[in-house]
Order: sequence, then structure tokens, then C-alpha cells
Amino acid sequence: MTPDLIVFLALGLVAVGAAVGMLLSRNAVYSALFLILNFATMAVFYLVLGAPFIAMVQVTVYAGAIMVLFLFVIMLLGAEHLERHTSVDWQKPVAVLLGLGLLGMVGYLLVSGQVTLGTITTPEQGYGSPLEIGRALFTEYLLPFEITSVLLLAAMVGAIVITRRDAPNRKKR
Amino acid sequence: MVPVEYYVGLSAILFTLGVVGVLTRRNAIIIFMSIELMLNSANLLFVAFARTFEALNGQIFVFFVMTVAAAEVAVGLALIVAVFRSKSSINIDDVNSLRG
Amino acid sequence: MLLSETTNPGGVFSLVPWIVFFPVIGLLINLLFGKRLGEKFIGTVASLASGAAFAVSAALFFALQANHGHPVVVPFLEWIHIGDLAIDWAFRVDTLSVTMMLVVSGIGTLIHIYAAGYMHYDVQYKEDPASYVRFFIYLNLFIAMMMILISGDNYLMLFVGWEGVGLCSFLLIGFWFNRSPDGTPGTGNSYAAKKAFIANRVGDFGFLMAIFTTFWVTHSLQFDEVFHHFEEGLVPEWAIWAIALFMLLGVTGKSAQIPLYVWLPDAMAGPTPVSALIHAATMVTAGVYLITRSAPVFSAIPEVQGVVATIGAVTALFAATIAVGQFDIKKVLAYSTVSQLGFMVAAVGMGAYAAGMFHLVTHAFFKALLFLGSGSVILAVERGHHPIGEDAHGHDHHDDHHGHDDHGHAFDPQDMRNMGGLRHKIPWTFWTYMMGTLALAGIPIWAGFFSKDEILTDALHFSLPIYIILTLAAFLTAFYMGRQVWLVFFGEPRSHGAEAAKESPRAMLIPLVVLAALSVLGGFMNFPTTHQFGHWLEYTLGHFYHATQFNANVALGSTAFALAAIYLSWLVYGQKPRQTVKEADPLEKALPGIFEGMQAKWWLDDIYEEAIIKPYQRLAAFLADVVDWRFWHDWFHERVLRDGFFGLTRFLANPVDLGVIDGIANGLARAAQGSAAALSILQTGFVRNYALWVFVGVVLILGTLIFR
Repeated sequence: MTPDLIVFLALGLVAVGAAVGMLLSRNAVYSALFLILNFATMAVFYLVLGAPFIAMVQVTVYAGAIMVLFLFVIMLLGAEHLERHTSVDWQKPVAVLLGLGLLGMVGYLLVSGQVTLGTITTPEQGYGSPLEIGRALFTEYLLPFEITSVLLLAAMVGAIVITRRDAPNRKKR
Repeated sequence: MVPVEYYVGLSAILFTLGVVGVLTRRNAIIIFMSIELMLNSANLLFVAFARTFEALNGQIFVFFVMTVAAAEVAVGLALIVAVFRSKSSINIDDVNSLRG
Repeated sequence: MLLSETTNPGGVFSLVPWIVFFPVIGLLINLLFGKRLGEKFIGTVASLASGAAFAVSAALFFALQANHGHPVVVPFLEWIHIGDLAIDWAFRVDTLSVTMMLVVSGIGTLIHIYAAGYMHYDVQYKEDPASYVRFFIYLNLFIAMMMILISGDNYLMLFVGWEGVGLCSFLLIGFWFNRSPDGTPGTGNSYAAKKAFIANRVGDFGFLMAIFTTFWVTHSLQFDEVFHHFEEGLVPEWAIWAIALFMLLGVTGKSAQIPLYVWLPDAMAGPTPVSALIHAATMVTAGVYLITRSAPVFSAIPEVQGVVATIGAVTALFAATIAVGQFDIKKVLAYSTVSQLGFMVAAVGMGAYAAGMFHLVTHAFFKALLFLGSGSVILAVERGHHPIGEDAHGHDHHDDHHGHDDHGHAFDPQDMRNMGGLRHKIPWTFWTYMMGTLALAGIPIWAGFFSKDEILTDALHFSLPIYIILTLAAFLTAFYMGRQVWLVFFGEPRSHGAEAAKESPRAMLIPLVVLAALSVLGGFMNFPTTHQFGHWLEYTLGHFYHATQFNANVALGSTAFALAAIYLSWLVYGQKPRQTVKEADPLEKALPGIFEGMQAKWWLDDIYEEAIIKPYQRLAAFLADVVDWRFWHDWFHERVLRDGFFGLTRFLANPVDLGVIDGIANGLARAAQGSAAALSILQTGFVRNYALWVFVGVVLILGTLIFR
């Protein structure tokens, strides 16, 4: 048991536990908080894996901005609880079974050794630093980077249009 | 060192949990959060493999995924708000007017 | 495409296409500009076109003399080349064709000049001045076609001309197509034109069969090659019979011989210059030309010659008898033409080709003269009866254009009974007409005497019966011409028109004078001692030519017969001239039944009507009513086709279409409906449910990828 493995297992357990907690919570607010925990552990994983910039973004954008948005919407709509509803009865067991099947297959792949994957080595100094990421973004990936700005703008406009109360096409109703 | 297979397994577990969440929960917001979980599991793999192959591209890709996810969340939540306005509910099973 | 590899005959001979081109140019000028130009211009252009053709013909004549009469073939176009059929558009210049060219273009030119004057009045009497130019277009077209006929170097080219002149004949007979021969509105002229065309069709069928047979046997239509086969005896006897008799059928059509002559008298419905040019001088002699040209064919078997000669001789006598009984001045001449053509056909049938051609030429002179003269007479009487603008008597008839005679009948300016005493009124016409009459009657030194005498002499050598028949025909010829002259020019005028008859304009008189001179002098070109014309033709005819020895007995006999006939006609018609229009013909009392027959054309037209036309019409009616309408239309089309089709469609529509086809379509639709209804269970409307199915797919695909 190397320290690395101990860290991994501990963080992995927290991540999986947070995910399961999110799934099982009746209250949507709890689910959101569990997910934030999950995202935080992810950020730690990123740090461990030599991606400090991504870890930083994970915390600020995901765990911060996005999840705050989720909580905000939950509270706005007052949708923490949902009364039980008739739906397709066999949906839940089938979904769990299929999920287990998927996990089984991935596990089989990993155990049987059909695929060989590399091992994680110590990265060189400065790997994954914001400096390198920035250099890559503004040289090699300049065009996709600029396109994301257009994407974000479109998303913003879309969100405003969709949620606008007095949209012209709704007036007719 | 932790073998990269461990990360693959962790990612698979998280992804499966996300899928099961999407398929079993009726609350639209929780379904949405499950989708975010699935995206995160994929991001974890990207970063792990970027480390394995000493390639920065994986991290760049994660950056873009996060951007797209942010945009998606903005639009998705707007949709949920819109649905809630017309249906007074965010139960995804209430949105079934396409039933055959 | 012009033939480049053929030898250029050079010099004057290369001009020969212009005998066709000049008339075509003339007709094109008139066709394009004639409507805008005056009558003088139209007449001048047409006459010049014909005159230019005559000039070329004359040049060819001298060139041929310089060439010692050797035939020259001038290739012009490659025409039809299919397999071993090779027919070129080539002009043949030999003594025979040049003779015909000179006759056609020479007399044609004179008649053009005459027509320029004649038609000026005719179009006014027919109240259609715009037709003036049409007439000259047709006339020039006729000259062009006739030139093709006589200058062609093969039977097919000859046939093209043959059909072309037939067309022109049709067009010109029916020139006043909306009138009847007596000038009143009606369809009589069209009927006459149709009759001519159909009678000629029968003949043309024969000619075509002859051409086909010729090609079948000899694999060529070029004259030299065809005749080579015949002279070498390479043609089987049946083929000679077939070709000769089929060709003879064509000749009887075009040259108005028994049994197809009936169209020619009716063809007098055309304007008089047409009668002179086409139906007396040129076109109708095409048959004679054809036989002469085909001498090796007809001379190959003596029996064939006998058939041809007999038909010609019988026609000569038969038509002459009819001519005696006619009162229409042009009908007399028409039957006379048939009769004289009979002489020619008899001559060429006997092998006396030179005599036949000689008579053709002299006949062209004097018969053209007689027709033109008769036109002048008719016009004089018509102008006397109903002057146009220039006479004080005009006001009498302003309302009714054609006027009426004293007896209330439509006035016929062609009826000899309406004439009489014209010799003082129209002296120029009278004297020139006399020249033609004497030539036709066969009085010595006039042209007709020499040519007819030559035929009679040959007939005596050939066969006695034919000689007798022809002599009788000659006797009758002199008699009916005498009758005509006494009726028309002597005695007292029997109608207002004859009383006030006026001499024709100079344009008409000049051709009359020229033709009168030719009728007097034409005979000397083949004077019995020199036989210049015969020798001239010998260059072409070769050993088929024989000089006819002058037979004093025959000459004296025929002269005596002619004089006797004229005297007899004087006794009957001249001594005690007819006084009134209505009076019966003296012969009617003397020979009651016979004259009636002559007058009624021996009822041959009626017999044709009863024996051929009526049954044909009945057959046509039968075919139309019973076969076409009742059988084909009512039964086959209506019952079998239509009802069968309806039944079939009903079958196809109900059991097949509604049952099977619709069943398939509806079944497919129902199947689709059912399966859709079954599958619609899957569409729960729950998005998560759909997502589950997507996930099922993902797991399945992943599973197959891993565990395959």
C-alpha cells in the first residue's frame, strides 16, 4: 500500500460515496451538495494527476459557479421534493441491471488484460501549469478557444430567450 | 504509483452512477446533475490519460468540456425553468405529451 | 454535288442545263415579284425565259452539227446511288433531244408571246386579273419540266419530267378551277383537270412498271446501257413484251391514245394557249418521243410494233370520226390532236421513227397554229359579244358579265354554231388559220402533206389494213377541218358576238404569222428527195432509221382524198351555209345514227362512266360504307376494339385493380397501421424511458465489441 494508493482509495471512496449520496437523496438540495463534494474530490484528483490549472477551474467554475446556479434554480422553483408519480414500473430495476452490466464489462476488460494501459509516471517540471496551458490555448488551440467564446455567447442569449416571460410566441396562449 | 487502470475503474463507477441517476430519478434537476457527474467522470479519464501519455492535449480538452458544460448548464436550466412555467412541475415524467 | 471526274464535253454543250434554268429563273422572278409588276413585265419575263431556252437549244443545235451529230452526255449532278442502282442527273444532247428542245422552246416562246396578249383579256373575262402572273409561272414551269423530260439521259429523269408536265397540265387545265368550261361558275374545269390527272396516273403506272421492269432486267436506267442490253439480245422476250406494253400504257395516257385518250378533249377547259402548247404541240407528243427514244425496245419484237401501230391507227380513225360531230371549235381540234397523235404513234409503232418525229414537228407547227387561231377566234367573238371597256355595246351587259344570246341560253363563244362569216371580221386570223387547216388536211406543199404522206407510205409497206385506216382518218381530217372552216369563217354571222367580232392584238397575231409560215414551209425540212430531217435523226436512231421512199401513188391518192374531203365538206356545209344557231347539222339528216354517235363521242365517255367510273364509285361506296364504316368502324373498331377494350378495362378495373392491386396497397397500409399501433406502445412519452433504450443500445454494442 503506497501512500499514493491510500490517497487514491480514500478520495475514490469519497467521490463514489458522494455520487451515491447524490443519487439517493430525496431532497434536491442535498443532491446538489453531494455533487459539490464529488466535484471537490475530483479537483483533488486533478491536482494529484498534475493538472493544477484544471483543478482550479474545476473548483471555481464547476463546484462554484455551476453548482450555485443549480442551487439557485432549485430554490427558485421550490422543487426540492417531488410527490411519487406513476411511471414505467420496470424502469428502475432495468436501469440498475444495465448499469451493473456496464460496470461488469469494464471490470472484465480491466481484469482480463485485453487492453494494456500505460502507468502514471512523474511528470516533468512545469507540466500542466497555467503557463503551458495558456501557451497551448493561445497558439495551437486559438481557433477552438475563440469559438468557445461564441458558444458561450450563444448559450447566454439562448438562456435569456428561453426563460423570457413575455416572449412574443407565448403571448398568444 | 497508482496504475491508470484504477482511474479507469473509478471513472467507470462514477459514469455508471451518473447513468443510473439519469434513468431512475424523475427530478429534472437531479437528472441534470447526473449528467454533470458523467461529464466529470469523463474529464477524470482525460486528465489521467494526459498524465499517462505526457500529453497536454487531454487537459486542454477538459478545459473545452468544462466550457461546453457551462454553456449547457445555462441553457438546460433555462429549459427547466421554462418547462416549470408551463407545467408547474419539474417532474420529467410530466413532460410526456409525445406519448404514442 | 457536281461531278468532277467526268469529262467536260466543253464549250456550248455545257450550256445545256440552262434550258431548264432559264424557265426556272423566269418563273422565280414572276413568283417573287410578279404581283407587284405589271402584265407587260410578267409576259416579257416569261417570254424571255422561254426565248433564252430556245436560244440555248439553237446553240446546241449548231454545236451538235459541228460535232457531226454525235450524242453528248453532259453530267450535272450525282442523283441516286444505292447498291448497283446508279442514276445521275445528266443531260443528253443528241439530234432527237435537240429536235424536241427546239420544238418545245420555239413553239413555247411563240405561245408565251401569244398568251401575253390573250390572257390579258381572259383574266378580265374571268374577273381575276391577279391570275395573270400565275398563268405564266405555270407556263414557265411547264417549259422547264418538258425540257427535263426530253433532255434526260435516263428513264428516271424522263419520268421526273413526265410527271412534272403532268402536274403542269393538271394545274393549267384547272387554271380557272372555280369555273366550268362554258365560263360559268362551277367545278367543271376542276373536274376536267382531275380527269386528265387520273387518266395520266393510269398511264404513269404503266410507265413506272416499265421502268421497274427495265431496271430489273438490265440493272440500269441509263439509255445507252439499257439499249445495249436490248440490242445484244440479253433481254428475255417476256421482259420485252412487259416493258413495251407497260410503256405503251404510259404512252396511251400521256399521248391520249385509246383507251386513255378521254382526258384530252376535256383538257380544252384550260386557257387556249395551254391547249396549243401542252395539249397539242408538246406534252402530248412526249409519248411519241418516248417510243422513239426507246426504239431498241419496241423494234425488238415485230408483234409489239404491230400492237403499237394498231392502237395508233385505230385512235387516229376513231378520234377523227368524233371530231366530225363536234360543235365546240376547240373540241374539234382536240379530237383532231388525238387523231394526229394516233398517226404519230402508228408511225413510230411501224418503226418509221423519223416519219413519226417529222409529223410530230410539223403537227406542232400547224396544230399550235390552229389552237392559237381558235383562241383568237374565240376571243374575237367574246370581245364582240361582250367588249371590255373599249366598245359602245358594253352597257348592254354590265349586269350579267357573261351575257346571253338571243335565245336565252348562256352564250358560248367556243360554239361554232354561234360563229360564221368571220373571214372579213378577223382577216389575219382567218388567213393564218387557213394555212393551218391546209397543212392539217394534207394539201401538197403544206407541211402536213409531207409528214402524213411519209407515214402513209410507211404504213403501206407495213400493213395494208393500217394504211387503209390511216387513209380514212386522213380523209376525215380534211373533212372536219373543212367543216370547221366553212362553219366558222364563211356564211353569215349567226350571233351578235360574231357580228361584232374584233381582230386580236398584235402580240397574238405575230405568233400566228410565224407559225403559219412554219406550217407552210415546215415540210421542206424533210423533202422526199433529200431527207435532211431523217438523216439528222439518223445520228441518234442509227440502224432504226430508214429513209422512206417517195411513193407517187400514195401521195396522189392522199392528195385526192384530201381534196375530195374538202369538196365534200363544201357540199355539206359551204354551199348552203347554216343560217341560225339552232338549226340541225346537215349531216344529222343525212347520217342520222352515225352523226349522233360522232357527236356523242361514240358514247365512250358514257361507257367509261358506266363501266368503270360507276362501278368504281360503287366499289368505293361499298368500301366506304360496308368495309370501312360498317366492318372496320362499326364492327371492328366499335365492337371488337372499343367494346373489347372496355371489357378489358372493366375487368382490369374491378377484379384486378380493386381486388388485387388495391388489396396489396390496402394490405400494406393495414400492415403498416397494425405494426405502428403495436410499436406505439414503445412510445411512452417518458424521456427517461427513451434514454433507457439508448442505454440498452450502448450496453449491447459495447458488449458485442468486448465479447465477440
